[in-house]
Amino acid sequence: MSTARAEVLRRVRAALAHRPPAPDVPRDYRRSGGPGDLDLFADRLRDYRARVRLTTPDEVTAAVVAALRERGLRQVVAAPGVPAAWVPDDIRSDDHHTAGGVVTACHVAIAETGTIVLDHDARDQGARALTLLPDYHLVVVRREQVVAGVPDAVAALAGVRTQTWVSGPSATSDIELERVEGVHGPRTLEVVVVR
Amino acid sequence: MTFLGMPSRNLVGEPFPRAARAALGNAQLRRNLAKATGTIRAKRASVVAEVPDWAGLRAAGAAIKDAVLADLDTHLLRLEEALTARGTTVHWARDAEEAARVVTELVTATGTTEVIKVKSMATAEIGLNDALAAAGVRAVETDLAELIVQLGDDRPSHILVPAIHRGRAEIRDLFRREMPGVDPDLPDDPAALAEAARRYLRHKFTTVDVAISGANFAVADSGALVVVESEGNGRMCLTLPRTLISVVGIEKLVPTWQDLEVFLQLLPRSSTGERMNPYTSVWTGPTEGQTSHVVLVDNGRTATLADPRGRAALRCIRCSACLNSCPVYERTGGHAYGSVYPGPIGAVLSPQLTGVRHNKTLPFASSLCGVCYDVCPVAIDIPSMLVHLRGEVARTTAPNAESAAMRALAWAMSDSRRWARALRAGRLGRALGRRRDRIGRLPPPLSAWTDARDLPRPPRQTFRDWWETR
Repeated sequence: MSTARAEVLRRVRAALAHRPPAPDVPRDYRRSGGPGDLDLFADRLRDYRARVRLTTPDEVTAAVVAALRERGLRQVVAAPGVPAAWVPDDIRSDDHHTAGGVVTACHVAIAETGTIVLDHDARDQGARALTLLPDYHLVVVRREQVVAGVPDAVAALAGVRTQTWVSGPSATSDIELERVEGVHGPRTLEVVVVR
Repeated sequence: MTFLGMPSRNLVGEPFPRAARAALGNAQLRRNLAKATGTIRAKRASVVAEVPDWAGLRAAGAAIKDAVLADLDTHLLRLEEALTARGTTVHWARDAEEAARVVTELVTATGTTEVIKVKSMATAEIGLNDALAAAGVRAVETDLAELIVQLGDDRPSHILVPAIHRGRAEIRDLFRREMPGVDPDLPDDPAALAEAARRYLRHKFTTVDVAISGANFAVADSGALVVVESEGNGRMCLTLPRTLISVVGIEKLVPTWQDLEVFLQLLPRSSTGERMNPYTSVWTGPTEGQTSHVVLVDNGRTATLADPRGRAALRCIRCSACLNSCPVYERTGGHAYGSVYPGPIGAVLSPQLTGVRHNKTLPFASSLCGVCYDVCPVAIDIPSMLVHLRGEVARTTAPNAESAAMRALAWAMSDSRRWARALRAGRLGRALGRRRDRIGRLPPPLSAWTDARDLPRPPRQTFRDWWETR
C-alpha cells in the first residue's frame, strides 16, 4: 500500500515536471444573493412536485397538524430537537416502523433551486436514517433560513460535517428519461414555510 | 515514459468503426437514443438558459480544476491528512487491478458475501464487480439503470443513464424474467417499474452490511466527500451499512468547501437538466458509528496529466452533457465506444487512460462539430484534444495508405511543374466512372475512400490548362 502511495505521488510529480502555475480562479459569478424570495422558493418546490404550505410563526403547529391530518397520519416521528410548539407531544412517536412520516427542521434552504439542506449533527434535524426510511418527510423552514442561491447556502454550511441536500422527493429518470417521483427516499416531501 | 501495465479492459473495446456499424443496424436502439438524448438536451438547455452567470461559473469551474491539477500532489496529501485525521483509512492504487484488489480485500475481511453499490464510474472502470465475484462476493447495483444493466447481464452505455439504450417494454420483460419476487403481470409504466425496484432493493438496503460508493467530489481541506444522486439509493448505501468503501479517482479533488458553490450549480443543470438533483450527500469521516475507507485510484490519470495538451480531460465532472449533445453518440450509442466512458469525453479520456497505442480508433469517433465543447460545464476543448490525439495515433502507428498518399501529395505540390504534370496525369482517371460520370469503387487501398463516398470523375481539362488557353 505504501509503495502504491509513493509511486502515485512520484508519477504526479513527474507529470508536473514543468510545473504549470496554478491559474487564478475568476470569481465573477453571483457570489452573494442575500435573503431568498419565498414565493420563488415555493414555486421551485412545487416544480419538483413537493407540497408547500406558507404559514406564520403563530400558525406553525396548526399547519403541521393540518398537513399530517390530510396525509392521514395520527403519529409521526420528529427529530429530538423539534420544538413541541411544532409537533405536539400527543402525536409524537418513537417508532420509525409504525409512524408514517417524519418531521424535521433544516439548516438552510435555497430559493433559486428549491433545495433544503439538513445538518445531521443538529438535534432538530436528526440522524440520516431518520429522514430516509419513512415515506413522508415534512420540513419546517423559517424565513431567515431561506437564501437566494447556491453560494449563499455553501457559505452557511461551512464546517457542517454531515449534510443531506434535498430537492423535492426521490426521483428517477432512468427509464426513457421520463421522471418518476419516489424511488428509495421519501416519496412525498412537504414543506411548511414560516413567513 | 511512465510504465502502464496492460490497459484495463473496461476502457478498450473492438475498433469503433466495426462496433458502430453493428449499433447503427439496430433500429430500436437508434429510436431509444434519439428520444432520450433529445429530451435531455431540451431540459439542459432550458435550465442553463435561466442562469445569467453561466459563463462565469463555467470559467470558474475550469480554473478550479486546473488549479487542482497544477498542484495535485499537494492537494492529495492534504486530502489524505484530512481524511485520516477524521478516522477514515486511506488506500492508494496504481492501476485498476490494484484498486479492485484493495477493495476486494477490504470486503472479504468483513466476512460478508454481498455488498450494495452506489452507481460509480470509478468502480466500473476498475472492473470491481468481476473482481468481487471472483472472490465469492455478489455486488448488488442499487441505481435503477445500473440494476437494469446488471439484471440483463448487459454493459452500461451512458455515464449517467447506463440503460439509456433500453426501452420500457424491454425493461419490463427483463424485470419479469430476472427480478426475484416480482409481479408476473408487471406493466411497462416507468412508475410501476421503479416501484418494483424499490421493493426489491429495500430488503438489500436494510440487510447488507457493506457498501461501496464513488464520490463526485472530494474536498481536500476538510476531507468531505460528496455524492450527487436522484433516487435515494445513494443515501441508503451511505447511511445504513456499517462499512463504507469509497473509490475515488485522484482527479476528483476540489481544494476547498467553498469551491462546491460552483460545481453544485454546474453539475445538476448539465447532467439531468434539473435546477438541483434530488439528493446530495456530504460526509466528513466515518459517520454514526461506521467504518470508512477511501481508495485513491490513478489508473492512467497521471499519464494523462503528463500531457499538457490532454490533461484538461481530467477536469471532467462526468455530467454527460457531451454525450447527450453529440451527433455521433446519438446514432451509435455508448457500446460502440467499447469503454465505460463513451461519447466525446470517452473518446479523449479512454485513449489517454490506456495510452493511445491501445485505443487507436476512439480519437476518430467524432465529426469535430464542436458541440461537446459548447455544452461542457468545465470548458474542455474536446475537438482540439481529439485532433491532438489523432496526431499521437499517427505518430505512434505504422504509416497507412492515407499518410503515404499525403506524403506523395506533399512532394507533388511542392514544385509547380511537377504539380501541373500530376494534374494532367489525373485525367487518366476519366477511364473510370463513364456510366454515371462518378467513380463508385476503387481497388484497395483507394477503396478506403470509395467505400463510403463517390469520387467525381476527373474533368476533361484541368483548371490550369483552361487558364492558359484563355
